[in-house]
Amino acid sequence: MEIRLTKYYYGDIPEDKGGGSNTIKKTSSSSPNGGGRDGAGADWPLWEVFIRSKQGIDHKHVGSLHAADAQMAIENARDVYTRRMEGVSIWVVESKFIHASNPDEAASLYEPANDKVYRHPTFYDLPDELTHM
Amino acid sequence: MSVQELEKIFLDKIDQEIKIEPKDWMPDAYRKTLVRQISQHAHSEIVGMLPEGNWIGRAPSLKRKAILLAKVQDEAGHGLYLYSATETLGTTREQTIVDLHSGKAKYSSIFNYPTLTWADIGAVGWLVDGAAILNQVMLCRTSYGPYARAMVRICKEESFHQRQGFDILVALSKGTQEQRDMCQDAINRWWWPSLMMFGPHDSESTNSEQSTKWKIKRMSNDELRQKFVDMIAEQVKVLNMTLPDPHLKWNEQTNHYDFGEINWAEFWNVVKGNGPCNKQRLDARRKAWDEGAWVREAATAYAAKRKARAEKQEEKQIA
Amino acid sequence: MTKDILYNYTMHLADNALILAQRNSEWCGHGPVLEQDIAITNISLDLIGQARSLYQYAAELINAPSPSIGGGRGEATEDSLAYLRDVRQYKNCLLVEQPNGDWAQTILRQFFFSTYQYLLYQQLQKSTDDTLAAIAEKSLKEVTYHVRWSSEWVVRLGDGTPESHGRLENALEELWMYTGELFAPATYEAEAVTAGFGVEVSALKAAWEQKVNEIFGEATLPDAAAGGREGIYMQTGGKEGVHSEQLGYILAELQYMQRAYPGAEW
Ligand SMILES: [Fe+2]
Ligand SMILES: [Fe+2]
Ligand SMILES: [Fe+2]
Repeated sequence: MEIRLTKYYYGDIPEDKGGGSNTIKKTSSSSPNGGGRDGAGADWPLWEVFIRSKQGIDHKHVGSLHAADAQMAIENARDVYTRRMEGVSIWVVESKFIHASNPDEAASLYEPANDKVYRHPTFYDLPDELTHM
Repeated sequence: MSVQELEKIFLDKIDQEIKIEPKDWMPDAYRKTLVRQISQHAHSEIVGMLPEGNWIGRAPSLKRKAILLAKVQDEAGHGLYLYSATETLGTTREQTIVDLHSGKAKYSSIFNYPTLTWADIGAVGWLVDGAAILNQVMLCRTSYGPYARAMVRICKEESFHQRQGFDILVALSKGTQEQRDMCQDAINRWWWPSLMMFGPHDSESTNSEQSTKWKIKRMSNDELRQKFVDMIAEQVKVLNMTLPDPHLKWNEQTNHYDFGEINWAEFWNVVKGNGPCNKQRLDARRKAWDEGAWVREAATAYAAKRKARAEKQEEKQIA
Repeated sequence: MTKDILYNYTMHLADNALILAQRNSEWCGHGPVLEQDIAITNISLDLIGQARSLYQYAAELINAPSPSIGGGRGEATEDSLAYLRDVRQYKNCLLVEQPNGDWAQTILRQFFFSTYQYLLYQQLQKSTDDTLAAIAEKSLKEVTYHVRWSSEWVVRLGDGTPESHGRLENALEELWMYTGELFAPATYEAEAVTAGFGVEVSALKAAWEQKVNEIFGEATLPDAAAGGREGIYMQTGGKEGVHSEQLGYILAELQYMQRAYPGAEW
C-alpha cells in the first residue's frame, strides 16, 4: 500500500520547506510517557490526570497537563478534561513519580500468563444443568 | 539487541497495526517526524484560536457568543492534548513553544487569513474545521499511540465545530440581502485557502520510501482534498450559495467533482510568512507568552515556598 | 410597580454577569499559560450562562400583559436587552467594567466580585421570587468555584515573587475604590428589599471583608481596610447607570453587529 507521509496539514511543513524540527532531549525519565520532563526550564511540572467518569467505575488515565502544584493540577484537570461532564472524581499525580514497566521486558512479564488459561472461568466446561455459577 | 533487530520489531508492529508507545524503541527519524508534525499541529490549534477569537467580543447574540467561546476554548484544549503528546517524545512544551515563536516551527497557513465579518466565523467552522476533521479522523489511526489517542479525543470534541459553523451560515442564508451577501463573500474568501489545507499535490510530495511505511498518515493529500470537495459541493447547495470555481463540475465518469487549480504561488507565499496575518498572529502569541512569564514564575515560586513550609511543619511534628 | 423593581433588579444582576463575562473573554487565546486560558474562559462561559437566564427572565417580565416598562420595541428578548440598551441604561457595578489590565488585575477583580456574588446568591437562594431563587441556587455552584480559583491565584501572586506581589498591590490600588459600590444599595435594590425578594447588600459587607482579609493574610497583603485604604473615596454610580468611560467601549464592541444590522437574525 502506498501511504504518503508528507501532508502539509495543520502546519506540517517539512524541514526542506522551512518547517523546523524541535530539539529532542533524550532523557531517561521514569514517566510512563517517557518524556523529558526533568529540567524543563520554566515549564510547570507535568501531571498525569485520571478521571472517574461515573460513580463505581475505576479512574482512567485521560491525559496530562502542566500545573505549579497539586491543587492547581486538580483544578486544571477539572477545567481541561471535564468540560463535557466527563467526570465525577479526579486524581492527579506528578508524572515523574510514575514508574513504568520496560517494554523490552514485555515478553518475560506478560507472556507467562498466556498459558494459565485455567485462571479464566471459560476454561471449565461444566454440566448444563448447573445454574447460578 | 542490534539496531536491525529493533527496527524489525518496530516495522512488524507497524505492519500489524500495533501502536508505537513512548518508551518503545523507534527510529530517530520517526521520532523527529512525529515531533515536527504533532507540535506543528499543536501550534495550529493555538494560533487557530486567534482568527476566531477575534469575533468573541462582537458575536451578534448571547447564544452565538457562548458557542464561539466554547469552540475557541476547545481549540485550546486540543493544543494542550497535542503538546502533551509531543512531550512523550522527549521535548518540553516550552521548547516547542519557543520554536514556534522563533519562526522555526510552522503552523497551518489557513490561520494567516483574516476574519473580516461575522460570516467568516461560519465559513471557518464549516470549511476550515471541516477540512481539519477529515485529516483528523484519518489521524485517529496514526501509528503513534499518544498522537492517536489525542486525536480520538479531539475528533469527539470537533463534531460540534463544523456544525456550529454551518448553522451560522444557514441563519445568514435565510436572512436579509446584506446577510446573504456577507455569507457568499466569506465562502468566496475561505474556499481556496481551505483547499490548500490539504497540502501540495501527491506528485510533489517529498516523502521517502522509508517514511511511507510508518503509517503516520494514511491517505494522500489529493485523496482527502477530493473527498472534501465532493462533500462541500453538495452542502453548499443547502445554503443556496456557490463556490468560487468556474471549473467545479460533477464528473459522471469519475463519480467525483472536477475542480480548478489552486494558486500554489499564494500557498507557498503564505507558508513563507507573507500571508496577510502571519506577523500579527505570531506577535500575538509571543506577547501572550512573554507577558505571562511573571505569572508562571510566581506560581512556581509559591509552590516551592508552600512545599518548603509543609516540610518544615513535618519536621516539627517529628521532633 | 413591584414588577418595575423586579425588572430593574434582575437587569442589574444580569448586567453584572454579562459585562464581567465580556471582559474575561478578552483573555481567550491570550492567557499566560494554556491551562489558565481554558480556566478563565470557563468562568466567562458560566457568567454568560447566568446573564442569559437573568435576561430571559427580565424579558418575560417585560413581555407580560400590561407592561409599564420599556415597550415600544416589540417583544423583548435576552438579546434585545443585552444589545440594544445604551450606557445609561446599563446597571452593572463599576468594578466589572474595569479593564483586564495584567493577570493580577483580572484575578483581583474576579476575586472581589466572586466573593461578593457568592454572598449575594447565598441570600438570593431564599428570595421570595422563585425564579431568582432558582437562578441563584444554580449559579452558586459555579460561583463557589470562581471564589476558590481566584482566591488561590490571589495567594499565589501575593506570596509568589516580588514582581507578582508588586503587581497585585498595583491591582489593589486600581480596584479598591470600586468595591464600596457593591455594598451601597441602588434605589431598586433598596426597593427590592422592601418588596421582599431582594438581598440587603449592605449586610454582606462584613462577611466580604472577612473573606478578603483571610485571603489577603495568606497572600501576605495588608488587611483590606488597613494600609491607608480605610479613607479611600469609593466610586459609585454604575448601578444607577452613571458609569466609567470604559463601558461605552465595551458596548461598542458587544453591540456592534446588532447596531450595524438592525433587526437581523443571527
Ligand atoms: Fe482547529
Ligand atoms: Fe481543533
Ligand atoms: Fe475545531
